[in-house]
Formats: sequence, C-alpha cells, structure tokens
Amino acid sequence: MTERRTPRRHDPTLHDLDRRGFVRLGVVAGVGTLAAACGWDGGRLLRPGLLDISRVNDWVGEQILFSPTRLAPTYTTAQRSAMLPSYFISTMTPMLDDPAAWRLRVDGSVAQPLELSLDDLMRLPRVSYTVKHHCVEGWSAIASWHGVPVSAIVERCRPLKAARYISFASFDAGYSNGWDLASAMHPQTILAYGMNDNPLPAAHGAPLRLYSPTKLGYKLTKYLVSMTFTDTRPGGYWEDQGYPWFGGI
Amino acid sequence: MSVSTSSPPSVRRHHWIVRLSHWATVIVLAGLIASGLQIYEAYARFGNRGGPYFVSPFDGAQFPHWTRLGGWLAGALNWHFALAWPLVAFGLLYVGYLVRSGEWRALLFRPRDVPGAIEMTKYYLHLRREHPPQGKHNPLQKLAYTGVIGLGTLAVLTGFAIYKPTQLAWLTALFGGFQAARYWHFWIVWIFVGFTIMHVILVFVVDPASLRAMLTGLYRGRFPSHD
Repeated sequence: MTERRTPRRHDPTLHDLDRRGFVRLGVVAGVGTLAAACGWDGGRLLRPGLLDISRVNDWVGEQILFSPTRLAPTYTTAQRSAMLPSYFISTMTPMLDDPAAWRLRVDGSVAQPLELSLDDLMRLPRVSYTVKHHCVEGWSAIASWHGVPVSAIVERCRPLKAARYISFASFDAGYSNGWDLASAMHPQTILAYGMNDNPLPAAHGAPLRLYSPTKLGYKLTKYLVSMTFTDTRPGGYWEDQGYPWFGGI
Repeated sequence: MSVSTSSPPSVRRHHWIVRLSHWATVIVLAGLIASGLQIYEAYARFGNRGGPYFVSPFDGAQFPHWTRLGGWLAGALNWHFALAWPLVAFGLLYVGYLVRSGEWRALLFRPRDVPGAIEMTKYYLHLRREHPPQGKHNPLQKLAYTGVIGLGTLAVLTGFAIYKPTQLAWLTALFGGFQAARYWHFWIVWIFVGFTIMHVILVFVVDPASLRAMLTGLYRGRFPSHD
C-alpha cells in the first residue's frame, strides 16, 4: 500500500522487476492481512481446500505415523493430575433414567450382533493403565482408566470383511465419533467403565466411554449406547464441524 | 569509498530459489503464527491441568483479534496444519539449494567467524569507526541466518512433538514432554518475531540495496564482494 502512495521516478531498466515483485508481495500480504483481520476460517473459497488438506493430514497420521502396536507412555498412579475437565454437549450432565436397563448395542456389518450389560462387559478381559489425556485445545492431564479392550468386543461380534470403520454413538444429545478399525483394535483402545480406581463418574461418560491414549479427547465418545461397524467412513460431532477426522496423536 | 557517487557494480546475489523460499516463508510463517495465536487461545498456559505451570508472561493472555487466523480452534488448526507443509517444503528447498550450490559457505557461522563477529559488534557499538571488510554476509549476519535456520528446524520438530505425542513419544520426551514442547514451540514464535524486527531494521538502516537484491536477485550496494 505504501508503494501506491509514494510516487516513484520510473526507470524501466532498474525498477520493473522490483516493482512487479512489490506488487506481487503487496497483493499476497494484503490477502493475508485480510484473512487475519476477519478471523478467517478460509471462507467459502478456501475452507473446502483446507478441509481437503486436513484429509491428507489424516491419511498421513493414519497410514504413516500410526502404529497398531506402539504403546503410549504410561505413568504411575502418583503422577495423576489433580483434575481432568470433562466436556459434554447436553446442557446438563447426561444421565440414564434407568442405569440397570442400559445395554451396549454392537451391530452393523457383524456376524454376531451383541447386547452387552455392564456386568457382561466387566466379565470380559480387563485392561488398566495410567496415561496422559490430550485435548485438542492443548491441555493435558494424567489419569487411570479401566475397561475392556475394543479388540475383545471385535473378537466376539466378528465383523464382516467389508467393515472398516466403527461409529460410536452416545446418549449425549446425539454426540458420536467415527473410528478406523486399526485405531479401534489398538491394544490401548478400551471401553472404559472405571477411572482412577472408581466407577466411571457421570461427568466422564458413565456408564461406559471409549478411551485411548492414541487419540485426542474429542474422539473418545462418552455415554456410549452403541458401536456400529460399517464400510463407509462415519462422521462425528466435532469432525463434521471441521476438526480433523482421524484425531490421532 | 568513493564508489557511492558513481553507479556501484551490479552483482548477481540471490538465486531465484533463495528469493522464492524467502518470500514464501514470510507469508507462510505469518499465517502459521496467526493461526498459532488462535490455537493458543484455547488453552493459554503451559502445564498439565491442575498445575504446576511453566512461567510465562503470556499466561492466560488473549491476543488481539487482528493477529489471529482461523476464526475458531478448528479453523485455526486446519490453517496451521495446512501451512506447516509449505514451511517444511520451502525450508528443505532452501537448505537443499544451499548445500548443492555451495552457497552454505557464505552463510554458515563457523568458529573462525568469531573474531569477525566481535569486530562487527564493536562497529555497531561505535567502538570502531570503519565497517569491517566482509563477503556476501558479515559474521553477525552469518550468526543470525544460521540461527534462524536452526530455529525453523526447532519449530518443525517441536510442532511434530505436539502433533503426535503418542506416535512420536521419543521426540516429545526429547523436548521435556507435551507441555514443555508446547512451551518451546510458543517461545520460538517470539524469537522469530524478534529476529524479523531486527532483520527489517538492519536492512533499511545498513543496506537498503539488499531488499532489491532479495526481490530481483541483483545487488547494487555497499557490499558487492562474495566469499
């Protein structure tokens, strides 16, 4: 902009490239400033492109950086954080009217659909670990989680060949998440019914939530009601609003 | 030093790869910093929930609206992760060019540049009248440019440490953990900002001709020699 305000003597031999460079720079800087000034998420023009790149980043995270066997670092119970915030979509903490009637529904592309009570789940293999929770917002906190590996459920419901994804649904105002099968089969991906040596608190998704130290917090569906195996990539509450779908860390 | 009145010699100074990667980095880095400030807003401190927290003058700070890019956290993350690619690409292109062309010799700060750096410091502090003779860059420039390449490398590495703290747990541990990596990633921004301010001031105060050289590649200024 200063360029336009300051008149310059025109000397084609010296200034042509110089000037063109300045104009180019000015245009790009102008667009950048405008973007910054508007708090831009890309607008109608750029947002689709940004989301496409986010899918490329998902692919890199899923196909290159994710390891189905590498375990997240674990901590001692003494290292647990004093607090771990909990988020839900409903205006009040979602709670069941009749907890005894609750069942986890396992359906979709499976050979053996299941209906599992909390007692059924507790009779299955149990995994306990103390890990760091990573929120997409940038905070982290250490806590212990107790539950049944998703792989144990997969073993019992026997997904069909076509099933490549799982959609986890909740009774928290329709909150849900879509997962790739490889992340779900990770040995540290569990359906947690306990936290810090206690039953899972209502604020953290009672009676059952998905947990894994390989994903950001928003991928860890609380207040579970069902897991549905599917051959198409399921969306999710935050994923559909622009957060990375894979959400792997 | 009578050359200043007659037309100074014109020398080819910056290859197009250097100019392209320089200006592309300016734009990409501006976008990365702006989206980074929007991301920072979501958790404006460093340390696990419940503390203890790292000492930071920006604890709980919210940066002005005009400095932030993305509108909200998801928008900012998508900008940040999209712009990280060109930062790495142009960084590799630039360093690759320096290595292949041998230009790194004029830029890399080495132990033998220490005496020259002291002389340049004396000059800037007015403890010495004459500007010490120099090649393409003086030793303090070499120090700054070598440092800023190192800073860019650290920015990318701490970025990966925050991006994949489980899959790249070894890298995250190298920086002292997830929150420490965030802390360093954030401080790198302010070092970049400080570098840029000094860089621009020195261009205009000491060698304005170098600005045109970075645009057109041709240099007609005070320091035409090349090492």
